[in-house]
Amino acid sequence: MVNYIWVFMILISLGFAMVNGTMAEVNEAVFTGAKEAITLSIGLISILVFWLGMMRIAEDSGLLSKLSALFKPLISKLFPEVPSSHPAMGYILSNMIANMFGLGNAATPLGIKAMEELKELNDGKNEASRSMITFLAINTASITFIPTTVIAIRMNYDASNPTDIVGPTLVATAVSAVAAILIDRFFYYRRSKKG
Amino acid sequence: MEIVSAISLWFIPVLIAFILIYGTYKKVPTYESFVEGGKEGIKMAVSIMPFLVGMMVAIAVFRASGALDVMVNWIRPALELVGIPAEIVPLALIRPISGTAALGITSDLIGVHGPDSFIGTLAATLQGSTDTTFYVLTVYFGAVGIKKMGDALKVGLLADAVAIVTAIIVVTFMFSK
Repeated sequence: MVNYIWVFMILISLGFAMVNGTMAEVNEAVFTGAKEAITLSIGLISILVFWLGMMRIAEDSGLLSKLSALFKPLISKLFPEVPSSHPAMGYILSNMIANMFGLGNAATPLGIKAMEELKELNDGKNEASRSMITFLAINTASITFIPTTVIAIRMNYDASNPTDIVGPTLVATAVSAVAAILIDRFFYYRRSKKG
Repeated sequence: MEIVSAISLWFIPVLIAFILIYGTYKKVPTYESFVEGGKEGIKMAVSIMPFLVGMMVAIAVFRASGALDVMVNWIRPALELVGIPAEIVPLALIRPISGTAALGITSDLIGVHGPDSFIGTLAATLQGSTDTTFYVLTVYFGAVGIKKMGDALKVGLLADAVAIVTAIIVVTFMFSK
């Protein structure tokens, strides 16, 4: 599906540029887009190295498995395929906690690590497993308690109370997270019916 | 609300201190563990590169060609029928595709309409309660080499749609008189 969307986006854009005469902009976008992607990945290196280093200490000291034991009932309901003592649990949890506090940068390495562990559980297949899709759904619905960036922007523009969006964001995020899990379950049962 | 900003300021330092103290207490070779874990980070960043380049070029081209604007204009009348302000449409469409672009639109909306306006509040809530699905998908699956995504994209985008609708309902309910 991604293959089709990807090709569709590029071809539609090229067709559009022909009709609208924006070919020059498109030419430039090819290079700036690629450059931005590399800049982004280079920028990610520092964060990835630091947080994966820290998390390795947490893993080696048994902190991660302690954390998973704490939230075991909730998480094992969400991820029935993952054994409760598996390191994947610890990474999934730490990723969710980092997201809740709006630490997007710290959340990414943990999310990747969680995916890696989930892949191992799935015998290293290059196909997304049920748990991976659930994890992704929860991530894109993004459970946030403190939308740090948004609060910062509101402060910049002298909002009368920069943090008063915390309430609505919490409600919206809670509802959408529940919805994401339900949607994920619906697709899972549809898949398993098909066999 | 001071508590909230205090938490975001102290969370990371306290977490680092806690991990280090606990590791030392459990007699983990902390520095060596750190380096071992960090090595993985470099490998990961490199393995994400091609996935990000592919996705970000497509998105950049899509925006630069003007195709995105046209799509926004198509959907606009339908949304206005149900009382959703047209100004928010570009943000809702961009949010799953590009985090930085969405952040740009959000600050623009807040700047133009004011942080305490309905549109400003709605933009802020939208920005805070959804995530960049395409980015998460590309980075997470790309890093570990998942080629067949299954229902992941469909589930992610549907979850986004629900988040957007929820944000609109919640903000309408809480802020408009």
